[in-house]
Amino acid sequence: MSVFLLKRAATFVATLLAASMLVFAVLDLLPGNVAQVILGDTATPESIAALESKLGLDRPALTRYTDWIAGLLQGRTTNSFSYDTPTATLIAERLQVTLPLAVLAMVFTVLIGISLGIYAAAHQNRLGDVGVMGFSQLGIAVPSFWFAILLILLFAVKLQWVSAGGFAGWREADGGGVWQGLVSLLLPAVSLAAVQAAVLARWTRSAVLETLREDYVRTARAKGLTRRAVLWKHVLRNAMIPVLTILGLQFAFLISGTVVVENVFVLPGVGRLVFQAVANRDLVVVRDVVLLLVAMVVAVNFVVDVLYAFVDPRLKASDA
Amino acid sequence: MSAAPGTPTVAAAAIAPAFVRRALRHPSFAVGGVLSMLLLLAAIVSLAWSPYPPAEIDIPIKLQAPSAAHWFGTDSLGRDIASQLLVGAQASIMVGVFAVLIGFTLGTALGLLASARRGWVEEAVMRLSDFTFAFPALLSAILLGAIYGPGLVTGIVAIGVFNIPVFARVTRGAANAIWAREYVLAARAAGKGPWRITLDHVVPNIASVLIVQATNQFATAIIAEAALSYLGLGTQPPMPSWGRMLNEAQTQMFQAPMLAVYPGVAIALAVLGLNLMGDGLRDLLDPKLARKR
Repeated sequence: MSVFLLKRAATFVATLLAASMLVFAVLDLLPGNVAQVILGDTATPESIAALESKLGLDRPALTRYTDWIAGLLQGRTTNSFSYDTPTATLIAERLQVTLPLAVLAMVFTVLIGISLGIYAAAHQNRLGDVGVMGFSQLGIAVPSFWFAILLILLFAVKLQWVSAGGFAGWREADGGGVWQGLVSLLLPAVSLAAVQAAVLARWTRSAVLETLREDYVRTARAKGLTRRAVLWKHVLRNAMIPVLTILGLQFAFLISGTVVVENVFVLPGVGRLVFQAVANRDLVVVRDVVLLLVAMVVAVNFVVDVLYAFVDPRLKASDA
Repeated sequence: MSAAPGTPTVAAAAIAPAFVRRALRHPSFAVGGVLSMLLLLAAIVSLAWSPYPPAEIDIPIKLQAPSAAHWFGTDSLGRDIASQLLVGAQASIMVGVFAVLIGFTLGTALGLLASARRGWVEEAVMRLSDFTFAFPALLSAILLGAIYGPGLVTGIVAIGVFNIPVFARVTRGAANAIWAREYVLAARAAGKGPWRITLDHVVPNIASVLIVQATNQFATAIIAEAALSYLGLGTQPPMPSWGRMLNEAQTQMFQAPMLAVYPGVAIALAVLGLNLMGDGLRDLLDPKLARKR
């Protein structure tokens, strides 16, 4: 197993490095002057030259890239052009909203998606199964940001139970608190999770059904174990292997969804920060935030690979 | 069952009516087909006709309720919602077609290459696919939009690039299964090279898998385009887009909540239609399932 994990760790580092090169290349090397993009079409040559010098664009690309990466590794980042604050400070502030939102959405996704998938598989071709599959088909077709708008329409406009957006904050001194913060994130997390849970329910159902057809399941049943016992003791662990893969892939969609849903609910998270950075042509923020989000996707997929090693006994055996 | 070599038109003529009969009896395919046809029809009709010019501003009639003159009412600038919905189908179809074309062409080529060459080529293609997966379409669109500005092309490129690894993986998986078959072994023994085998045996046998995948990716592209347009990174004014309509409707939610419903229903029906059609096609084109019927 350690060989497998070492290989995966090497791939993780290599992917991160390649991603950083790509992000740097797209924003710094492709045709189009970065200073010109930031200052707009009306900028004078003098102001462009001054900004180029300030951003260090007059230095070789390789030096700029290595400086950027070395800075990131030491926790040193460039100042945002529009906020005049280090991007690390900006991102750290915004992650206090984005991370809990992503985690909450993932928890809802797993709870709803896996439970519905198992339920549907256990009731194959019965009313419950048809209902779950119907929900799943509909859930996949509904964009998360539209579902978010529908939730606002129902709970904020019609019932007036919650506000239509915004974030109360985690600290009571700021007028918020843990409870208020969680309430602010509840609808965004539900809107993100509903769509992802629909996808996960389908995959879980087919993975469980596939495993139910295995010989060892038939043997366990022949030995006298009840259907329920077989499901919990033998089927679920094996069915979770393909489900883990899907969860890893879903995280990438969840990150994209977070960017959009944060804008729907006007949440001061990383997604809104990057969106505003695009509008303000703040390329330094765009570069660092995009790399962070890509790193999160790669990291979660690495964690999924590590979990494989624990869930799949064949990987343990291969280490011997 | 298979037709004699050199008579493909006769074979096709014999198979086509039976396939159409089966397709029409398949509930998923039938419902999905109707919804997809409606989407296509909306886009085609809107090229020649719409109740009103979709970008025509008429402030005195703003935020009107649905009526015979304005089927879905008007927005905050007095623009006709029905006309915007109709013309908005164009953006969805355009992004869907081109994004799928980019992914299909490059991804299938990479998948076939990986499968035909195996070894380090396959490993390289798969690692490249894994890498591209780390860049969801939205992040690519943010990167490209930051430099080149937002727009339809930015959206198409971002979604298309994300489609490449999807098609590469599906193609490689399906093609590897074909390469393991006896008739491929026979073709190799007869002296056919990897490219000849790929064209003569692999491509025709994985075509159905690719068609189904293309349908699903088309649906995904419609959602991605709507999300990008909602954020202002996709289709730009004056071209109507369902995503941007939702963005504009959000500012009027307390006065005219239904404005935030119509475009979403249009997106959901289009995506549902394509997904159902994809599911139906998967069943219809699977020879094992076809034989069971």
